[in-house]
Amino acid sequence: MITVDPAPEAGTEARTGSTPVRAPRKRKRQWLPYLLLLPVVVAELLIHIIPMVIGVGMSFLELTQFYVRNWTAAPAAGVGNYRFVLQFDEASGKALLHSFWTTVQFTVIVLALSWALAMAAAIWTQHAFRGRGLVRTIFLVPYALPVFASVITWSFMLQRDNGMVNHVLVDQLHLTDERPFWLIGDNSFWALIVVEVWRLWPFAFLALTAGMSSIPAEQYEAAAIDGAGVLRSVRWVTLPNLRSVNQVLLLVLFLWTFNEFTVPYTFFGKSAPEQADLISMHIYQNSFVTWNFGTGSAMSVLLLLFLLAVTAVYLLLTRKKDVDA
Amino acid sequence: MREPQWFVWSRRIGLTLLCAFALLPVWVMVTTSLKPLGDVQGEFRWFPSTVTLDAFVEMWRTIPLGRYFVNSLVVSVTAAVASVALALLAAYAVSRYRFTGRQLFSVTVLSTQMFPGILFLLPLFVIFVNLGRTLGIDLYGSRPGLIITYLTFTLPFAVWMLVGYLDSVPRELDEAAAVDGNGPMGAFFRVVVPAAMPGIIAVLIYAFMTAWGEVLFASVLTDESTRTLAVGLQGYATQNNVYWNQIMAASLTVSVPVVVGFLLLQRYLVAGLTAGSVK
Amino acid sequence: MRLKRITSAVAVSLVAASLAGCGGNEETSGGAAEDVTLTYWASNQGTSLENDQEVLQPQLDAFTAKTGIKVDVEVVPWSDLLNRILAATASGEGPDVLNIGNTWSASLQATGALTPFDDATMAEIGGADRFLAGSLAATGAPGQPPTAVPVYSLAYGLYYNKSMFAEAGITEPPATWEELVEAGKKLTTPEHWGMSIEGGSVSENIHNVFVFSEQQGGSFFDDAGKPTFDTPENVAGIKQYLDLIQTDKITNPSNAEYSNGTEALADFASGKSAMVMWQAAAGSLEELGMDPADIGVAPIPAPSGAAEDVASIVAGINLAVFDNSEHKPQALDFVEFMTSTPTQIQLNKTYGSLPAVTEAYSDPAFQTEAVETFKSILDDKAVPMPAVPEESQFETLVGTAVKNMLAQAASGTVVTEQAISEQLAAAQQQLAG
Repeated sequence: MITVDPAPEAGTEARTGSTPVRAPRKRKRQWLPYLLLLPVVVAELLIHIIPMVIGVGMSFLELTQFYVRNWTAAPAAGVGNYRFVLQFDEASGKALLHSFWTTVQFTVIVLALSWALAMAAAIWTQHAFRGRGLVRTIFLVPYALPVFASVITWSFMLQRDNGMVNHVLVDQLHLTDERPFWLIGDNSFWALIVVEVWRLWPFAFLALTAGMSSIPAEQYEAAAIDGAGVLRSVRWVTLPNLRSVNQVLLLVLFLWTFNEFTVPYTFFGKSAPEQADLISMHIYQNSFVTWNFGTGSAMSVLLLLFLLAVTAVYLLLTRKKDVDA
Repeated sequence: MREPQWFVWSRRIGLTLLCAFALLPVWVMVTTSLKPLGDVQGEFRWFPSTVTLDAFVEMWRTIPLGRYFVNSLVVSVTAAVASVALALLAAYAVSRYRFTGRQLFSVTVLSTQMFPGILFLLPLFVIFVNLGRTLGIDLYGSRPGLIITYLTFTLPFAVWMLVGYLDSVPRELDEAAAVDGNGPMGAFFRVVVPAAMPGIIAVLIYAFMTAWGEVLFASVLTDESTRTLAVGLQGYATQNNVYWNQIMAASLTVSVPVVVGFLLLQRYLVAGLTAGSVK
Repeated sequence: MRLKRITSAVAVSLVAASLAGCGGNEETSGGAAEDVTLTYWASNQGTSLENDQEVLQPQLDAFTAKTGIKVDVEVVPWSDLLNRILAATASGEGPDVLNIGNTWSASLQATGALTPFDDATMAEIGGADRFLAGSLAATGAPGQPPTAVPVYSLAYGLYYNKSMFAEAGITEPPATWEELVEAGKKLTTPEHWGMSIEGGSVSENIHNVFVFSEQQGGSFFDDAGKPTFDTPENVAGIKQYLDLIQTDKITNPSNAEYSNGTEALADFASGKSAMVMWQAAAGSLEELGMDPADIGVAPIPAPSGAAEDVASIVAGINLAVFDNSEHKPQALDFVEFMTSTPTQIQLNKTYGSLPAVTEAYSDPAFQTEAVETFKSILDDKAVPMPAVPEESQFETLVGTAVKNMLAQAASGTVVTEQAISEQLAAAQQQLAG
């Protein structure tokens, strides 16, 4: 496979001591890829891996405010933190479980809506028509806006008394008499979903549009000759061709949504209403607000394990499908 | 293929609704930024009672917006460029060589995408401070610290996307270039990089936007002199009054360069994603 | 070679990370006093971060002129302050001197990150008896040397709109909670509401219900520091607060989503409400365009037959010295300067807060009716928030629970005493972690 022939000027360090022709070539071949990877490996180690390992270590310590200053003095908690956060018959475990389920529901709904909107929009804009370029551009605006700027705008629009949404629903359409709350209470869950979908679907649209652009036109022509209408060509041509795009897209959307922090943090501030208490906000409250990093880390580790498990199962399942197909 | 009438109509209605949904907050942002303060404190109105640019003038005085802007720009641009450079090297290695640990590398880098930021924020901070203490590398509260952090955040996606892109660049191209006496790195810069340009631009956009919008790490890793827009904009809410018109004016101002840049370069993003997804 | 250096750097930092805070900075500052630059984190007390900078700079210059010690001030927004202190504590890298909310005192004291003001240290900065006794009580857990000294003292007062009261034929500010509700009902009209509250704010909620529960004779921690959240008195205190929306209906339900700490006050200033419970609001109200002649202030009344006549928490800002500071003597000089009478007069006058040292009250600026009211509240009717290490957790847990219950009340579901009791029990269990 390695057919690239490293020429002498490949690197100055490589030349030192390279007298025989064959041996160094082999050696060079081996270290060049590693050298190329080195910057990424260093960055990943420094920013992701090592802090992560320390973070996992923290979850086995009783790292409360008393020991934040001097971690070495923090008593080992063993699995105490895990036991504490997993006591589902007690308030702490119940709160975590509630937050977990809220996040699962949130993720499933956001994923379904974002994908459906994106799919519909991508099919509508698949074939050229006047104004298609403009429409595509408009669709990308939510994704291009910085999160903090657009989410703060949504929170302004969703205020109860002076917000745009209630102005439309109550004052203009007269759908209800009572002005509903959106930033607190039961509706806050749905408000958060709308904001997240608004922000996320353009990315799905982009990915699906990209995927569709590489479907050969002959396949549609063949389907048309067979008498397939729009819906059937979507079913028999578009969807099968998008399988690999969808496989990655859904996974990425899932991970992003499940870990979402910036949107609820900007939308609700430091404490989210309990109806919209996403897991990342819940963990933030349990570590950064109360300075109990042991339990906070234990929750994070559980979250990570869950995500790893879901991803692994997902990849296994989707790969198996590929083989069957 | 002829499109049936119902499809054309559903498209008109569907796309109109979606455009309205996408642009609604933009409308609110623009009109609110043009309103006098009195307008934003009372009942919502679709249009300003009088159009005023006051908010755009005042916003620079309420918080040091200019400084935050410069910080965000420096951090985001550097992080994006560095992220692409690093990812490109790694992607080239993964795409063109078969070496021990190749699989491990790819899997590990991609799995970091799953790490909850909250778990490693505090350890990261402590490492930064201690690097400063032991080696004199000042990362805490400095732009380089934030830059390294952000560039790493975008590496997994960048590497993945560029590997996909480089895989689609025919090997024969760089082999030919290498044989012509350019060496592997020469081939890399003269042939592979230009051919992968759409992918590179796509990654640049992605990395820039990620850095521009990040809130959590910026709030802990910066101080007043290095604070970025994402954190700094909260400053409008710490005042005595909520100056919604100024918040919207500032949000609009900080969004315009990103949105315009993004929209100008969007075709590369589509092209980049196409290559990345069709392996 | 490069790799090796980097790996060793990483290894060093790992070891160092695990030892974080043990050593702090070993290097001593050998230089003379004039070489020293102190880092000072100020909290946001003025109308904006820039405004704080402007207010503080002349004082800092005066300090430098006097001692030769330079001070580098950074005004940290409240939204970031606790995270920044946390980061400083965890890493040992922080400012020399910093402002803290006085309710955090016991929590931060427990971390060991702040220099204790034992008797000798206290004597160095001029002695403990210079300070207002009430404010000094909120500087740490009882029985331990405090780790901070008060710098700005504050108390909650009931601000009321004099014109609205007069229009409604009410001549006196309410003396009991029942009178307040009565007045609130009269003042709740299509144009305005009786009272506005910052119902989405965790800290405002916890301060309010803490005072109400104290009035009932309740307590969230017993003398041994054990949590006692779920008591009938605490339930009654919280219910009194929720009832503003759910039973008395003198507060606009929309207030339940007010969370950035300004909206309730803005409503009061613009005449959308007739009363608001706030600290040192006069300056802000005038800036918001309210006529000073309309602004009245009185102690927050207790229900008739209350167990204790409590009207406020001991609010305010403390000044602390970071224990890892390399310049402790100079830092203490700075603390002494900031709490000296002339500086206290100047800063508190500007910020509209109360001086933390008794001597400063001789200044005419602090002999107005409003200041007298607040001083008497602070002297006789204010209790410190629980001085236990878990204080910040308590604030978060109970404050959030109250926020959620207010949200429920605002959407029209009455929160029963039973429900409040369950919420408190759940909050207490989570504290145990």
